[in-house]
Amino acid sequence: MKLRLTLTVNGEPADTLVDPDKTLLEVLREDLQLTGTKHGCELGECGACAVLVDGVPLLSCLMVAHECEGRAVVTVEGLTEDGRLHPLQECFADLGAAQCGYCTPGILMTAKALLDREPHPSRERIREALSGNLCRCTGYQQILDAVEAAASLTVTR
Amino acid sequence: MMRLPSYRYRAPSTIGDAAAWLAESPTDTMLLAGGTDLIPNMKRRQQTPATVVGLRGIAELSEVRDGDGLTVGAGVTLSALVHDERVRQQHAGLWQAVAQVATPHLRNMGTIGGNICLDTRCTYYDQTFEWRKAIDFCLKKDGDVCWVAPSSKRCLAVSSTDSAPALIALGATVRLVSATGTRDVAMGDLYVNDGMQYLTRRADEILTSIHLPEVAGWRSTYWKLRRRGSFDFPVASVAAAARFDGDRIVEARLVLGALASCPLEVPAAAARLAGEALTDELIASVADDAYPLAKPMDNTDFELVWRKKMVRSLVTSALRELRGDDMRQARTRLARHPLLQVS
Repeated sequence: MKLRLTLTVNGEPADTLVDPDKTLLEVLREDLQLTGTKHGCELGECGACAVLVDGVPLLSCLMVAHECEGRAVVTVEGLTEDGRLHPLQECFADLGAAQCGYCTPGILMTAKALLDREPHPSRERIREALSGNLCRCTGYQQILDAVEAAASLTVTR
Repeated sequence: MMRLPSYRYRAPSTIGDAAAWLAESPTDTMLLAGGTDLIPNMKRRQQTPATVVGLRGIAELSEVRDGDGLTVGAGVTLSALVHDERVRQQHAGLWQAVAQVATPHLRNMGTIGGNICLDTRCTYYDQTFEWRKAIDFCLKKDGDVCWVAPSSKRCLAVSSTDSAPALIALGATVRLVSATGTRDVAMGDLYVNDGMQYLTRRADEILTSIHLPEVAGWRSTYWKLRRRGSFDFPVASVAAAARFDGDRIVEARLVLGALASCPLEVPAAAARLAGEALTDELIASVADDAYPLAKPMDNTDFELVWRKKMVRSLVTSALRELRGDDMRQARTRLARHPLLQVS
């Protein structure tokens, strides 16, 4: 039986009827048409589905949607502001940090959570924060460079 | 795409309600905390409860209280523990264990209670339904044969919790609450060396909190072996704790993890270490004592012979760290990165 679920997604209220056995990932993609968040391993072993729930990066594939009742979810679609790319997105594009791009939304959201909390993280802290995100293209160098660049860009803004 | 099976979802706001609902049908109801263990298992149909009781709405489970030691609610996330200075300063072994669980995302979700109750793991069990069906399932779920040791009458799935060995070494107790009462159990008595019935927790009981005793004079440590520097469960681990009087140990506990279906205490070590200073010779000798207790099976990552061999090395590192040696380089060599930095 579907149950009512109300939450905030990318700053806007969402009100929907959802089966209890749906994950947050499935609700975002199938009920709210936000397909930026990706299905990866679906078992918590890759980080492709990472979104922010109340500002904390979590795996939406392991989150029962109804456990997000009343909470604020931010997905990769919520990164832009007034049509402008987030500094992380700009740097990922400029530095070629996305190869096939499948892991990119999860990495962007995880990196955003890091920079929101620590605007000037060391390279080691960036590695650590992203240690739950796999990139099967293995382009980690550019990913770390891009997060570092975004951190410095945020300073100059 | 892997979907969750259907279930009835209930979300209590008090421990009393949760216990009452669990009591209605304990064998086909499961408790959902962080979900990082149960949800993948449900997607693979390893666990298929008719009812899921979500504990996230019970505020009491997320409390950490000081006084006569430290009492940690079972619903406290692993990340919250990693960021708790009291844990880092006073219970280093637990801090090191929790800091090395999985990944940052999984620590943001996973709870200490969930890690303590973590389902045992095995190459023949942690697979999709179709994979398991293709081998006619296994003893732990839906089958009759333990594929690790086909003559074994007992399931040999591996205890893969990082926190349990550390908590046993620290002398922790857990509180179990049911509709009929409350009991406190020493962490060492919570586990059974059986891959299926690996907990002495009854199906109608909720693990609500963990109590860490006062730590004056105690030092503790945790060493973990795994393939990658993140994500992976332990394939061998060692937790050690000792109370010192100057250079001499008054009492000690040594626990091996991920080498059987439950954490293995090494009581001989405790006896050998009491009253002694940690010399290189004593450390080597205690590592020799611990080594034969480890009887890994070929049902997780890495060669089992090497996993067993590594017990000596892990015990040595643990005891050297208790002695006060700077082991940061050795840790970095083992994990290929320094132990978590916390801002």
